[in-house]
Amino acid sequence: MSGPARGGTPLLRMSDVHVRLSGSHIPQGIDLTVRRGGVTALLGRNGAGKTTTVKAALGLVPSTGVVEFTGDDGRTQRLSGRRTHEIVRRGIGYAPEDREVFGGLTVAENLTLAERRYSTHHHDRVYELFPELKQRSRQLAGTLSGGQQQMVAIARLLLNDNQLLLIDEPTKGLAPLLVAEVADVLARAAEEVTILLVEQNLTVVRRMATDAIVVDQGRVAWTGSAPDLLADADRTRELLGVATSGGHV
Amino acid sequence: MATVVLLAITGLGLAALYFLVASGLSLIFGLMGVLNFAHGAFLTIGAYGTWWASENLPGAGSTGWGFVLAVVFGVAVGTLVAALIELALIRPLYERHIEQVLVTVGLSLALVALVRAIWGADPHPFPRPEWTQRTTSVLGANVPNDRFLLIGSAVVVLIAVLAFLRFTRFGLIIRAGVENRSMVTALGIDVRKAFTLVFAIGGAFAALAGALGGIYLGSISPGQGTSLLIFAFIVVVIGGMSSITGAAVAAVLVGLVQQFANYYAASGVGDLSVVLLLAVVLLTRPSGLTARVA
Repeated sequence: MSGPARGGTPLLRMSDVHVRLSGSHIPQGIDLTVRRGGVTALLGRNGAGKTTTVKAALGLVPSTGVVEFTGDDGRTQRLSGRRTHEIVRRGIGYAPEDREVFGGLTVAENLTLAERRYSTHHHDRVYELFPELKQRSRQLAGTLSGGQQQMVAIARLLLNDNQLLLIDEPTKGLAPLLVAEVADVLARAAEEVTILLVEQNLTVVRRMATDAIVVDQGRVAWTGSAPDLLADADRTRELLGVATSGGHV
Repeated sequence: MATVVLLAITGLGLAALYFLVASGLSLIFGLMGVLNFAHGAFLTIGAYGTWWASENLPGAGSTGWGFVLAVVFGVAVGTLVAALIELALIRPLYERHIEQVLVTVGLSLALVALVRAIWGADPHPFPRPEWTQRTTSVLGANVPNDRFLLIGSAVVVLIAVLAFLRFTRFGLIIRAGVENRSMVTALGIDVRKAFTLVFAIGGAFAALAGALGGIYLGSISPGQGTSLLIFAFIVVVIGGMSSITGAAVAAVLVGLVQQFANYYAASGVGDLSVVLLLAVVLLTRPSGLTARVA
């Protein structure tokens, strides 16, 4: 099933991607395209394969199939088979589901570690977006609250010049006020960089996403415009199992 | 009092040897998840490299700067061998921990056998600078100077490692890698370079322990590294599997317990006491005295 055909230059393309890990086989032949510009939401029920799909794109889990990335220079490069650090250096930032900040390092050290070679480092931009991080720069990241750790995780993304950000459930477990703050920051970031966003909170998706890809049982079940999807209550309920009036997948 | 002082300083000297071996083991396990059973072989290589250089390397000898040059040569050989082993044998087996253990066990046997084949199984007298054979009076005890050399070397290494981990980018990568290796790579960092560096540093420290152990024991033999490795593993476990400061504290505990138990109980009781200490720590603090990298 798919929505209306989408235009725009493809930035990331995954074709027939499979991951077989610890006895499970998800994704099972994912085919998806992330267009340059805007925010593409990767949606689906729990266990559908969203996080594994993102990890497969980054080479963090062994996978088969083809992953291609078309950079700003117009050259299409094959990412599958490359090591994670090589993929990331092409201008792909990643914020994992559970933040995974380095708890034993200070906030400043977490940011220093994220400084990528051959990239401009935008410390000013990061501290402007998250002034609290500057005040807490000497604090161990492991002692921060969940919301503050999420700020560090997003700050690591925005520190470098990226072409694509892969962000996995950035609002998971956050208080409503922080959810709004994180969504604000990501919306600002989306003005400059393409985002593939895994998100359960449909309010955030409605606010930010231009495109949507729904995965179900390891396969793409629907692709199209995010506003169109969320405007169709029956389809949203069918694909995601929830009503569209806010709520979580 | 003099006996206690002598036992304490000798115990600290032994602790210095344990720390030099354990610190490398600890870093390697913490960052790479590799239990390196070949680490004792690096010690043997360092000892034999120093011994060989003191007799054959132009400019090197058994006294003064000549001895320093011999030690530098031994440490350099140990470092080189460790780096080559990481690149050629450990790197292709990342994330395959059982195979890595098998390879390091095999290497530990093969390298010791190689040394035995070249220089024989009998112990060789080790070149000892004259200063290390003299004694210094401390609170009435005549303490052999080699103990101070061992302790001083370990303290310098401890400070250098802590400074390296704290103030350099590689140190930052190592500390982060110990916590979460895959996230380090997801930041665009080639963590394999850090792996090779850590393996080489571990090899250097073990080789230095080999040279210093030769001074302490007065001779070297092919199996020396393996016997010290057992205590180094105990030190790593007691200290916390990836903690340098933990390894330093644990080495002091093990060295002192061993010395005092051997003297006040009976010879051999020291080794038993160390195993008991290990059991007590594992029962009360299963993660060791501390479980972090610095």
